[in-house]
Amino acid sequence: MQLTLEFGGGLELLCDSEKIHKVNVDLPNGADDLTMKHLLSWVRTNLIKERPEMFMKGDTVRPGVLVLVNDCDWELSGQLDTTIEDKDVIVFISTLHGG
Amino acid sequence: MEASSEIIRELEELKLKKAEIEHRISSLKAKLQETAAAAERCDAVSNGYSYPMAAAAIEHGLGHGLSPDQIYRYSRQLLLPSFGVEGQASLLKSSVLVIGAGGLGSPALLYLAACGVGRLGIIDHDVVELNNMHRQIIHTEAFIGHPKVKSAAAACRSINSTIKIDEYLEALRTSNALEILSQYDIIVDATDNPPSRYMISDCCVLLGKPLVSGAALGMEGQLTVYNHKGGPCYRCLFPTPPPTTACQRCSDSGVLGVVPGVIGCLQALETVKLASMVGEPLTERMLLFDALSARIRIVKIRGKSSLCTVCGDNSSFNKQQFKDFDYEDFTQFPLSAGPLNLLPTESRISSKEFKEILQKKEPHVLLDVRPCHHYKIVSLPDSLNIPLANLEARLNELSSALKEKEDGHVNTGSCTNPSLYVVCRRGNDSQRAVQYLRESGFDSAKDIIGGLEAWAADVNPNFPTY
Repeated sequence: MQLTLEFGGGLELLCDSEKIHKVNVDLPNGADDLTMKHLLSWVRTNLIKERPEMFMKGDTVRPGVLVLVNDCDWELSGQLDTTIEDKDVIVFISTLHGG
Repeated sequence: MEASSEIIRELEELKLKKAEIEHRISSLKAKLQETAAAAERCDAVSNGYSYPMAAAAIEHGLGHGLSPDQIYRYSRQLLLPSFGVEGQASLLKSSVLVIGAGGLGSPALLYLAACGVGRLGIIDHDVVELNNMHRQIIHTEAFIGHPKVKSAAAACRSINSTIKIDEYLEALRTSNALEILSQYDIIVDATDNPPSRYMISDCCVLLGKPLVSGAALGMEGQLTVYNHKGGPCYRCLFPTPPPTTACQRCSDSGVLGVVPGVIGCLQALETVKLASMVGEPLTERMLLFDALSARIRIVKIRGKSSLCTVCGDNSSFNKQQFKDFDYEDFTQFPLSAGPLNLLPTESRISSKEFKEILQKKEPHVLLDVRPCHHYKIVSLPDSLNIPLANLEARLNELSSALKEKEDGHVNTGSCTNPSLYVVCRRGNDSQRAVQYLRESGFDSAKDIIGGLEAWAADVNPNFPTY
C-alpha cells in the first residue's frame, strides 16, 4: 500500500536528511492488515541509514519520539497495534528541547 | 593591552549606564504623561467646566476597572469583539512567569509586556552574549556581559511602564521552583534543556498551573499547552527521557533566529488566550513548525495519562519528593558539564604546545574532526577535515596524509615519524577521536586540549570563535 512517511525534529538525519518519503509497503506474509509494529521494522530496514538506536528501542520507537498517524498521536489508536491503511500519513518526530 | 582592556571596560560601563538612563527617561516620561492627564481632568473640574459629579464617577467607575490611559493604550484590543474590555481586564489581573529570557522568552516577554499582562515574572541566570543577539531580540548590545534578566526587564519596562515586572536573577531549581511558580497564574517554559522541562512540568502539576511550552532548534519548532483542563503533562507525553545524544542544543546544532521567534510569539499568544479566557487553548494538541518547507501542522496528542507517575490517578508525587528529585540525573543531562576527560595526559597537548610544534616546523598531520559546515566557518591552516562521524570510514585518507609527511621528511634527512594531532571545537570530540585512533593503531595521536576555543583563548585572540 501507498504510504507517506515523514521524519522531523532531527530524525530525518537518520534517513539521508530526507524528510518526506513516499513509499510502497507490502502486507507481511499471511497477514490481513499492516500494523505499526510491522511498519516500524520495515522503516528500520528500508529507510534508516544510520544509528538505528536513535530511532528505535526494543520493538518500539525510542523515548522522546512522537508517532502520528494521520495527524493523530498513535497512543490514541493503539500504538504498535494501530492498523495502517492505504494513503495514510505517518509522522515520526523527535521532541525538541532547544530555545 | 592593559590600556585597551581598561577602555573596553569603561565603554561597557558607560553603555550600561546609558541604557539605564534611557530606561529611566522613558519611565519618567510615561509618569509625566499620566500626571498631566490627571491634572487636566482636575483643571476641567476646577475651571467650572466641570462634569457633573455623576460623569466624574463614570470616568473611574466603568465597572471593568480600566483607567483612561489603559483604555487608550489597549484600545485596539478592546475593539476586538471576541476579546474586548473583559478580555483586557482579565489580562491586567493575570500574572505570568516566563522561564528563560533567550530565543523563546525574548519575543514572548516583549508581547506579554506590551499587551498588558498585569504582573510579569522573568527568571534566568545567564548573561547576554554577542552570539545570542541574532535571536534573543529583547536584548541590546549595551547589555552584553550583563544578566539577561536585567536586560529583559529593562526592555519590558521601556515598552510598558505600567505593569509590574519581577526579576529573578537565579537558576530555577527544585529548591526555589515551588515558591516562585506558586506566585503566578500561568507558566511559560522558554528553557532549552530536558531537566528544566521535566522539572517545570512536574512543578506545574503540583501547583495546578497551566504550562505554555515551546521549543525550537535548527529550522523547527514545537508548541503545546500542558496540564490544562484535563490535558496531558509533559511526562504523560514523554514518560521516559530521551537518550542524551538526542538532546541537541542551539549552541551545538544551530538555530535560525526567527524560528524560536515564531514559537515565542505563539507562546505569548497562547498565554494571552489563557489569561483572558478567550478562544481554544492548544491543549491536547501540538503545533509543529517546519520553517524550511514553510509548513505548520497541528496534531492531536493523547490526553492526561491515568498511569502518569506525576499527574496520573494513582500518583503519590508530592512537594517533598519534587524537592528531592534529581532532574539532571533522571535525564542524564548535566546542566553544568565539566570538560570531558577521556585520555591520559601523555595523549594530550595544550594549544600553546601545539603552537611551538608549528613554530619548530615539526612534521605532523593536524586532523580536524568537526562537521564539514563547522570547518567552513573557520579552521587552522594545513589541517585535514574528517568529521568524527566519518572517521572510521576514512582512516585511509589519514594514513596517506601521514605517509606523505613521512616521505617528505625522509628527503630532508630527519628520522622522526610525523605526529598526529587532533582538534575540534571545544576538545571533547577530539578526545573521542584520539581514543578511537589509538585503538586503531595510530599510536602518535594526541588531542589538543580545549580545541579551537583554547587556541583562540591562549594562542591567538584574533582567531574567530563561534
